[in-house]
Amino acid sequence: MSTLKTLNGNQTIAEAVRQIDPDVLAAYPITPSTAIVETIAKFKADGLITGEFVCPESEHSAMSVCIGASSAGGRVMTATASQGLALMWEMLYIAAGLRLPIVAAIVNRSLSAPINIHGDHSDTMGARDSGWIQIYSENCQEAYDNFIQAFRIGEDLKVRTPVFVGLDGFIISHSLEVIQVEDDDKIKKFVGEYKPVYPLLDISRKMTVGPIDFTDYYFEHKRNQMEGIENAPSVIEAVGKEFGQKFGREYGFFEEYRMDDAELCIVVMSSAAGTCKDAVDELRSDGKRIGLLKPRIFRPFPYEKIAETLKKMKAVAVLDRSSSPGAFGAPLFTEVRSALYDYAERPYIVNYVYGLGGRDIKVEHFKEVALKLEKIAETGKVEETYGYINLRE
Amino acid sequence: MKKETWKELTIGTINLDAGNSVKNLTGTWRSGKKPQFIEEKCIQCFFCWLYCPHSAILVEGGEVKGINYDYCTGCGMCSVECPPKEKAIIMVKEEAKLAEGGAE
Ligand code: SF4
Ligand code: SF4
Repeated sequence: MSTLKTLNGNQTIAEAVRQIDPDVLAAYPITPSTAIVETIAKFKADGLITGEFVCPESEHSAMSVCIGASSAGGRVMTATASQGLALMWEMLYIAAGLRLPIVAAIVNRSLSAPINIHGDHSDTMGARDSGWIQIYSENCQEAYDNFIQAFRIGEDLKVRTPVFVGLDGFIISHSLEVIQVEDDDKIKKFVGEYKPVYPLLDISRKMTVGPIDFTDYYFEHKRNQMEGIENAPSVIEAVGKEFGQKFGREYGFFEEYRMDDAELCIVVMSSAAGTCKDAVDELRSDGKRIGLLKPRIFRPFPYEKIAETLKKMKAVAVLDRSSSPGAFGAPLFTEVRSALYDYAERPYIVNYVYGLGGRDIKVEHFKEVALKLEKIAETGKVEETYGYINLRE
Repeated sequence: MKKETWKELTIGTINLDAGNSVKNLTGTWRSGKKPQFIEEKCIQCFFCWLYCPHSAILVEGGEVKGINYDYCTGCGMCSVECPPKEKAIIMVKEEAKLAEGGAE
């Protein structure tokens, strides 16, 4: 019997970790993800988990431990945020290049400077080309569900790629929510036993992990690596369906909210999507034909499916909780806009950056966006392709 | 040497062909100079063998016998390390080197 528990985002991740009980957990505490590491340490001290818990001296070392342990043949996880993820930077590419299915819970937080501890997506968006699969969560329940699915996705033999599970700093990590916690044995069964490929601890096999490649092999190895993440969509879909069958909550690449007859659409990820749903409800009761598309998977980016859904819209606003200085729009926008390029029929599309450093985004802000979209759809004129929400201008 | 396509490679950069660096003829990197071994002068101190970064010192029956030019890059370390009184390895001019093989 699954049980209802009152947990915050960090506790839901720790709860999932306890149920999965990976072989090695290596993490260095950093706000706002500290409580994940702290709770895991407590579980270990209380004998509730059997995995090795390693406390290294930095996040760079934490990811290095993960890489070593995963190469050795273990199921491995970590948790971090912001500067911690930034410090892992060079090791992230190595984990992906070595095709190690490490799972990392990332409590999304802004990057310095200026120093700030609150939620935005600068950290994971900064690592968007590191080769990791990226899954984003709207609330605590999704964080729990996504974290569990992440092991199945990353560890699939066709995929063998590390996975980030993002949850917004403070807004999710520190907010209590009543969530459905599934039975330990059912989660263990769903995740299954870990089967390493080419584990270093298999001493019957002579091999080298990560030898040097020159101009003659690097390119082929990189292409070989990309195949893993490119194989992920079918696995993500199957795992999301199976999760739905087993636990009643099905997952896909993105969620469509009141999109059936929508003409206008707001694309926004993570916790802000929850607020956007309220705005959409209010706008709908005013007769506006507006919907929400909430991407769940950012890498691999489900460009075809998103474009198929958005191509019939009149106007679309993509909201990004990170910026890409000097680029033509923020990360989510450039993906969505690019996905639509091949379609003759495509909507007007604009980008708004919101919520940097944890700045609030409220129902009224989504309504302002809706108003702008209405105007664009009516007049066929886009005054600003790229703007900001709730910023003192 | 036939090189694998990206599809033929083992995932995760893993190399299951243990010891395959013998296929990498580092001697192709040599240019201009090569070491010459003068057997009569050699006192078998093994300094050259110890210092050679490419394991290119030929040892047979427990004795230094010469240089394996397939792997010798001509770095000259062996001749520097060879004791000054003996100098059983000297660097000499080399007109042509190995034409092909090894890493690009
Ligand atoms: S020249 Fe360098 S590579 Fe060649 S044998 Fe001497 S030490 Fe080794
Ligand atoms: S260093 Fe000189 S003397 Fe010593 S073993 Fe080598 S060639 Fe002989």
